[in-house]
Amino acid sequence: MKKFLALLLALSMLLAFAACSDSASNGTTDPSTDPTTESTTAATDEATTAPTTEATEPEDQLSVMTFEEYMAAELQAPVCVETYVQATQSWWDNKITVYCQSEDGAYFLYELACSEEDAAKLVPGTKIRVNGYKTEFEGEVEIMDATFEFIEGDSYIPQVLDVTALLGTDELIAHQNEFVCFKGMTVEEISYKNGEPGDDIYVTVSKDGQSYSFCVEIYLTGTETQVYQTVGTLSAGDVVDIEGFLYWYQGANPHITSITVAG
Amino acid sequence: MKKPLSVLLALALVLSLTACHGAKDVHEFQLPEQFDTSRDYTITFWAKNDTNMTQVEIYKQAIADFEALWPNITVELRLYTDYGKIYNDVITNIATDTTPNVCITYPDHIATYLTGADTVVPLDQLFADERYGLGGSDTRFDSPTKEEIIPQFLNECYFDGCYYAIPFMRSTEACYVNRTYVEKLGFTLPQTLTWDFVWQVSEAAMAKDASGNYAVNGQKVLIPFIYKSTDNMMIQMLRQLDAPYSTAAGEVQIFNDTTKDLLLQIADHSATRSFNTFKLAGYPANFLNAGQCIFAIDSTAGATWMGPDAPLIDIADEKLVDFDIEVMTIPQYHPEDPKMISQGPSLCVFNKADSQEVLASWLFAQYLLTNEVQIAYAQTEGYVPVASKAQESPEYQDYLSRAGEDNELYYDVKLQASRLLLENTDHTFVTAVFNGSASLRNAAGQMIEEVNKSTRRKQTVDEAYIQDLFADMTSLYRLDQIAVDGTADKLLLGPMPAEAKILLGTLAAAWLAIAAYALTETIRKKRKTSPPSC
Repeated sequence: MKKFLALLLALSMLLAFAACSDSASNGTTDPSTDPTTESTTAATDEATTAPTTEATEPEDQLSVMTFEEYMAAELQAPVCVETYVQATQSWWDNKITVYCQSEDGAYFLYELACSEEDAAKLVPGTKIRVNGYKTEFEGEVEIMDATFEFIEGDSYIPQVLDVTALLGTDELIAHQNEFVCFKGMTVEEISYKNGEPGDDIYVTVSKDGQSYSFCVEIYLTGTETQVYQTVGTLSAGDVVDIEGFLYWYQGANPHITSITVAG
Repeated sequence: MKKPLSVLLALALVLSLTACHGAKDVHEFQLPEQFDTSRDYTITFWAKNDTNMTQVEIYKQAIADFEALWPNITVELRLYTDYGKIYNDVITNIATDTTPNVCITYPDHIATYLTGADTVVPLDQLFADERYGLGGSDTRFDSPTKEEIIPQFLNECYFDGCYYAIPFMRSTEACYVNRTYVEKLGFTLPQTLTWDFVWQVSEAAMAKDASGNYAVNGQKVLIPFIYKSTDNMMIQMLRQLDAPYSTAAGEVQIFNDTTKDLLLQIADHSATRSFNTFKLAGYPANFLNAGQCIFAIDSTAGATWMGPDAPLIDIADEKLVDFDIEVMTIPQYHPEDPKMISQGPSLCVFNKADSQEVLASWLFAQYLLTNEVQIAYAQTEGYVPVASKAQESPEYQDYLSRAGEDNELYYDVKLQASRLLLENTDHTFVTAVFNGSASLRNAAGQMIEEVNKSTRRKQTVDEAYIQDLFADMTSLYRLDQIAVDGTADKLLLGPMPAEAKILLGTLAAAWLAIAAYALTETIRKKRKTSPPSC
């Protein structure tokens, strides 16, 4: 009996190992009627989050540009600027998007390579030197694939610039990315990107009969902030004063940082 | 002898079991015999929409209708507009055991979720259940049977030896063509686009007039060819050329000569500025509608944004240019044997300690396959329903027959996009799923993005550059750390192999023999130790 059992066990172990082995003769068999189709996945419509990315640094060491030189640079040219952090979007995956401004102009740093530790130090007023490439996306001029270093010394936070009178004019774009305000805007429509709180809020406002698209960008201001909550309570017809960064998407599309109902 | 025998037996059993299964947790789902309707369940559904409020309303209506059928189940909806965000949130919530119950997802993502034991419920058992399974008798709604789900779409959800998802909607990519400009340039659109044709027209379009405007559109801006998803671009090019990408087991094969040649070719067109990508330029639809693009490749699920009469427009009215638009299959290398990606959202069910809650989740997921939901959602974009039950229904057929009646529900471009997939379902393919396949996909697209950027940044893109790029991508996406699963091929099981049958039979025989032996020994001991009867 024992010999028989031992034999059975040995046989079962042998077969167990055989079951583990990668047998080419098995091939890939689909559960469907088509035996040649391999197990597969549907493709994504949209890119998913990549692992940590490292920006490729411009090959040559550039001298620091003025804003005028930066604006004169061709798209995809390497650029180097020194500027001051005004706000940041959420840090994620060693990247952070930063709103910066200097005395001569403002910059939008798209997905700046940045550790989480350094991201915490990118507080308003902090001076940084940025090396990246000048690009444009849907009208928004920005710096991408960039790295940065902290510059010790001075800091700068600009006074908010009232550009209400420039709405609808060609002059407005000269202030792209700057910290600006708009006074006496009439709310036309408030709509959540997803139809309900939790995502960006699209704010349509008008002035002198012209409509303009603004946005509460949750990666900038979050859903728990006063501005997010306040915008959610607005109704058509409310007259508001708005502060924010003059972002661009197929035209002016300011990212709102504060909003007050005008008295 | 008995102790070594027991150890051997246990070892054999463990080895034989681990040969057939991955790591299992204590919460492995067991299908209850009966759904307990005396209890209330609250389940969460994380859904993705295409920034399309109609889709949001359809989700909400589906939930309301389902809750009316199953009053003891409450579905809480959480909305996303980005697959990547859902993926990140699920990964975060796996760690805290707070995953949703039902989630819109991609199989690539599920492969990552599965690194946690019993995170996602294998659906085979649920599919087959007579009462609550696909087309089951006790679902309280008319869902499709397994056979009624389009096989190609269902098979995309089968990996690692099980069905881990059900398809929800399917799309492919289409090339939205400004036919007016193609003909103005002296070309005639072929029946099937080829890569040669697209490149040729794109280069011809770069001619400028005396004032420095592009001759074809009279504007300062023109990007003749824009591709939205460069990962799809590379994957489809490789598949059309029968070039390696990966094995089913996870062996990365993308870094080959064909890929190199394709990248160099793309670099040539980046250099002339006749080609660009969404990531670097912007949405193809915006350029197309402004008369600044001739070939815009995007998902069929983006059709409502395409064309001067599109119901969804993101550019100012004064920028819109009138032109004739053609919806065509993506360019092909072998037009007689077209190949295109199958894509679109699927649904997975996350495992929970309470199997009744899982069953409630499954019922809701299955409800999303009913004709009511399928047809309504498919009509929001250039999607197609995933079941023949919906595709062949009079309601859907009527919808398809009314293309062009208006520029909203019956928007011609949208319906053409849906038809494109319906007519080419047999020409669709998908890539293999494994833990790391999402990274490989990202790398495929990133290589095109890098070549495009580098060329525009006046860097030298040559063979040496490509070799460096291969190395960079391998490192960046950790492609050298993907564990090639030697069992992957075997996990795609068909009929049980003979050796497995013998193994199971042998084990059964061993257990029977052990039991008989133990019984005999027990009886013998009992006889020896029992006091003599009076």
